[in-house]
Amino acid sequence: MKYAYYPGCSLHSTAKEYDMSTREVANALGIELLEIPDWICCGATPAHITMHLLSLALPVKNLLKARSMNSYEVATCCAACFNRLKIANEFMEKNIEHRGKVNKIVGQEYKGEVKVRHFLDILVNVFGLKNLSERVVDKLSGLKAACYYGCLLTRPPEITQLDDLEEPHLMDDLMKTIGVEPVYWPYKTECCGASFSLTRTDIVLKLSADILQMAYDEGAQVIVVACPLCQSNLDLRQAAINRKYKKDFQIPILYFTQLVGLSLGIDAKKLGLNKHIVNPMKLLDKIAK
Amino acid sequence: MRIGVFVCHCGTNISATVDVEKVAQELSRLPKVKFSATYKYMCSDPGQNLVRQSIKDHKLDRIVIASCSPRLHEKTFKKCVEDAGINPYLVEMANIREHCSWVHQNKVEATQKALEITRLSVAKVSRDKPLQKTYVPIEKKVLVIGGGISGIQSAIDISFARYPVTIVEKESTIGGRMARFDKTFPTLDCAACILTPKMVTVSQNEYVTIHTCSEVEEVSGHIGNFKVKIRKKARSVDLHKCTGCGVCWNKCPVKVPSEFDMEMGNRKAIYVPFPQAVPNVPVIDREHCLWFAQKKCGLCKKICPFGAIDYDMQDEVIEEKFGAIIVATGFTQFDHSVYGEYGYGKFKDVITGLHFERMANSSGPTGGKIVRLSDGKEAQDVVFIQCVGSRDEQKGVSYCSRLCCMYTAKHALLLKEHNKESQAYIFYIDIRAAGKNYEEFVKKVQTDYGAVYLRGRVARIFEKGGKLIVRGADTLSGGQVEIKADLVVLATGLIAQTDAVKLAQMLHIPYDQNNLFTEAHPKLAPVETITSGIFLTGACQSPKDIPDTVATASAASVKALGLMVQDKLEREPLVAKVNPDECSGCRACIQACPFSAIEENEIEDRKIKRKRVVAKVLEGVCTGCGNCTAVCRMSAIDLEGFTNIQIMEEIEAL
Repeated sequence: MKYAYYPGCSLHSTAKEYDMSTREVANALGIELLEIPDWICCGATPAHITMHLLSLALPVKNLLKARSMNSYEVATCCAACFNRLKIANEFMEKNIEHRGKVNKIVGQEYKGEVKVRHFLDILVNVFGLKNLSERVVDKLSGLKAACYYGCLLTRPPEITQLDDLEEPHLMDDLMKTIGVEPVYWPYKTECCGASFSLTRTDIVLKLSADILQMAYDEGAQVIVVACPLCQSNLDLRQAAINRKYKKDFQIPILYFTQLVGLSLGIDAKKLGLNKHIVNPMKLLDKIAK
Repeated sequence: MRIGVFVCHCGTNISATVDVEKVAQELSRLPKVKFSATYKYMCSDPGQNLVRQSIKDHKLDRIVIASCSPRLHEKTFKKCVEDAGINPYLVEMANIREHCSWVHQNKVEATQKALEITRLSVAKVSRDKPLQKTYVPIEKKVLVIGGGISGIQSAIDISFARYPVTIVEKESTIGGRMARFDKTFPTLDCAACILTPKMVTVSQNEYVTIHTCSEVEEVSGHIGNFKVKIRKKARSVDLHKCTGCGVCWNKCPVKVPSEFDMEMGNRKAIYVPFPQAVPNVPVIDREHCLWFAQKKCGLCKKICPFGAIDYDMQDEVIEEKFGAIIVATGFTQFDHSVYGEYGYGKFKDVITGLHFERMANSSGPTGGKIVRLSDGKEAQDVVFIQCVGSRDEQKGVSYCSRLCCMYTAKHALLLKEHNKESQAYIFYIDIRAAGKNYEEFVKKVQTDYGAVYLRGRVARIFEKGGKLIVRGADTLSGGQVEIKADLVVLATGLIAQTDAVKLAQMLHIPYDQNNLFTEAHPKLAPVETITSGIFLTGACQSPKDIPDTVATASAASVKALGLMVQDKLEREPLVAKVNPDECSGCRACIQACPFSAIEENEIEDRKIKRKRVVAKVLEGVCTGCGNCTAVCRMSAIDLEGFTNIQIMEEIEAL
C-alpha cells in the first residue's frame, strides 16, 4: 500500500498531531505515505471564495505533482483538502470547459485521473477493519466516544462518495474495532462554525457549544474527529465556550488516528496527545488502567 | 381516374401564409386531377356540400382535401365522400396547416411547400384501393382488475347496464386502500360508512363475480375477445361453506402483525383483515400457520362447525373470455426509509399518513387514540411533513401526489378532535387544495383547529429525551424552527404498485417513467389506453383522490359499455397484410410487432409440395403501426392504406 501523501497546511501547523499520528499509524500498519514534494494550498476557503478557477487550479497543481511521482492515489487527512481535491477531480473529469481553462493555467493536461482517498477511508475500506483488529494490542475498552464527521467529509455526497450523507458510520465502525464504544448522537454532521473561527467567533462558540452539549448529554467522554478545523473549534474554543455559556466541559477532542495509534500500542507522545488544549491524558490513563 | 382536389382557407389559418388559389390552380394541371376548388371552411356544411356536389358534377372518384391534420377532420371527409357514393378509403388529407402554414412565414415558400404536400397526396390517392371495414364479434363481459373503490364503482356501473362483470382482487377482501381510511376530506364522512354499502352492493349483484385472493396471470387476444388466465390462490377456507362465524380466528393461537393496521396491531394466522370484509370469509396465511409450517395445531379445522377449513386446497387457474378490461390496480405508498434526515424509517414515532388513519380509526389498533408507538402515550405535539417522496427528484418522484395537502389537513383536524390539548404543526412546500370545498377545508383547519402551517422543509429529526426534535426552516419568517414533538407524521407520496410494470407488459399498455399507466390522450382520452378495449381508472394512472377515482371509474365503465352494447366491433381496415407467396417465414415481424398481432401460420405450399411457416396478421389486434412492413426483408407485408407502392408513388412525385 503506497500513497502520495498530501498533508495540507493544517497538518503542518495547528494540526501537527493529526500529521504525527497519521504517519505513526501508517508506519505501524505498513502503509507507505510519500509526502508530495513542494505541495501548495488545496484551494480551500480563501481560494474558493475568491475565484472559482483558482480553487480548481490549486488542487490540480497538487494532483499533477502526485502524478509525476507515478502515484495515482493520493491520501489526505484534512476534510477540507479532501473535499477540494475531490471537487477538482470531478470538474476536470466531467466539465470540458473548466478542464480546458484549468489545463491552460497549470500548463499541463489533466483529466482527473489521480484518485483521492481520505485516510479514514484507507483504514476502513482499503486496509480493512478485520486486518486492523488483528493488529490491535491495547483495546480501548470502556471509552465512550462521539464520532463527529463535520460537514465536508460527506458532502456533497455525489462527489465525496465516502459515507452515508445523513448518518455516516465509517468512524463509528473504526472505533468499535479498536474497542471504543461510539455513542448514538444526532450531531454527527452538524456545523461547528468552521472558518468563522476568526471573523465571527460568536457563531463558532454557539455552534460548537451545541455540539459539545449534545455529546455530553449522550454520555460521550471524548469527541473523535477527522477534520483539523472541527478539532480546533471544539478544542481551542472550549474554554471560551465554558466561560460564555457557564459550562464546565472537559471533553478531549481527538483525531481518530490518535486513538487507533493508542490501540496499536504507540506511545502517546508520538501521537501528539500532549498537544491538545483539553488534556486527554488523565482520561486515557484511566481507560488504560 | 378522376381526382378532385379541395383546398381549404381555414379562415386565415392557411390562406394568410399559403396562396390557396395558386395551389388549387397548379394542381388542376396534373393529368389525373379533373377538378379543384378552394373554400373558406371546407369542414363546414357548405364546404362539405361543395365536395359532394363536385363529385356528382364532375364524376370524381378520388378526393384530396388540403387542409388540417387528418387527426382532426379525416373522419369528417370520409363520411362526406361516402355519402356521395365514394369508398371512404379513396380520400387523402394533405396537411397544409400544421405542417405548413402554421410553421412558416414566407408566403412564396409556404405556397411552394403546400403545393408539394398536396401533390404527394394526389400521388398517394391515385394508388388508393377501396377498402371495407371489418367486423369482429364481442364477448359481452368486462374484467375489472382490482377491487378497491375504483374497481367496485366500475363493476357497479357496468352491472347497472346488465352486463356481466368480474372483479379480480389479490387480497382476501375487496375494499382496497379506502377501507383503511378513517374519515374522508373535505366532508369528513367516515370512509367505511360510505364504502362498505358499495362493497355489499357489488357482492350481492347478480351480474358481478368477485374473485378474491386472485391475480391475473396471462392476457392474450384483443378488444372484444380477451382471453384471461386468473390464478385463484388457495384460501384454505371454503367460500361456500364458511359463514364467517369467527370461531376459527378467535381460537387461532398464532399472532401476526396486521398488514391492514400497518403492523400496529395483530391479526391471527387465519383471519379476515377487517370486520366488514367482503367476502366475510377468512384466509389462512400459510407462511405463519402452524399447520403449514410444522404440521402442528390444526385447531381451526377441528372447531369449524361447518367443515369449511380445507388444508389441501390448491391454487386454481381459470380461463375466461372478456370483451373489455378495466385496470383499477391503485397505488402504493412511497417508502420513506430513503430519507436519512427523517431517520431512515428507524424512529418508531415517525409514522406515515396511513398509520395515522388506522390510529384515528375507532376500530383501529389503538381504538381511535393518537399515540406514540414507542411508549403508547397519547401524542400532544404532532409534526406533519408534506411532500415526502413527492416533488423530490433526488430521492423520490418528481410529480405532486395531489392528495397529501388535503389528507394532512384532515389529519390535523382529526388530531384536534381526538385530543383537545394537542397541537399540529405542518411543514409544507405549497398548499395545493384545488378541489371542490378543499381550500375552504384547509382554511378551517388553520382557523378553527389551530393547526400551525410552516412553509419550509424539515432538515433533521432526532430523538432526545424521549421526544423527537424536529428542525426545519420557516421560509416565510426566514428563521429556523425547532419543535419538540411526540409524533411525526410523514405525508408519503403515492407511487405505482410494485408489480405495475409486469401487469402493463401483460396487457400491452404503456407506462411512464414512474411506472404509472399511460392514458391514450392526457386530455381527450383520459381513461382509454392505446390498446383498444383496455381502460384505466383510479390511482394506477396518476395519484387521485376518492372523487376523481370514482369519476374515472364511471368514465371507464361507460367506455367499456360502449363496446358491450355493440353487436359486433367495427375495425379499421388499415392493417398489415401478408403475402404468403413472398413470406420466407423469418419471423422478424413477430419480434417487431409491439401488439403481438402477428402469428406463425403453417401453410401447404403447393409449389414446393411441402408445409412451411408464414406470418399471419390478426386483423382484430393489428393497429396499423407499420413496424412489420419496415422490418420485412422480403417486402411480403404491406400496410393497407400505406402500401409500399403508394409510398413509392409519393416519393416519385417529389
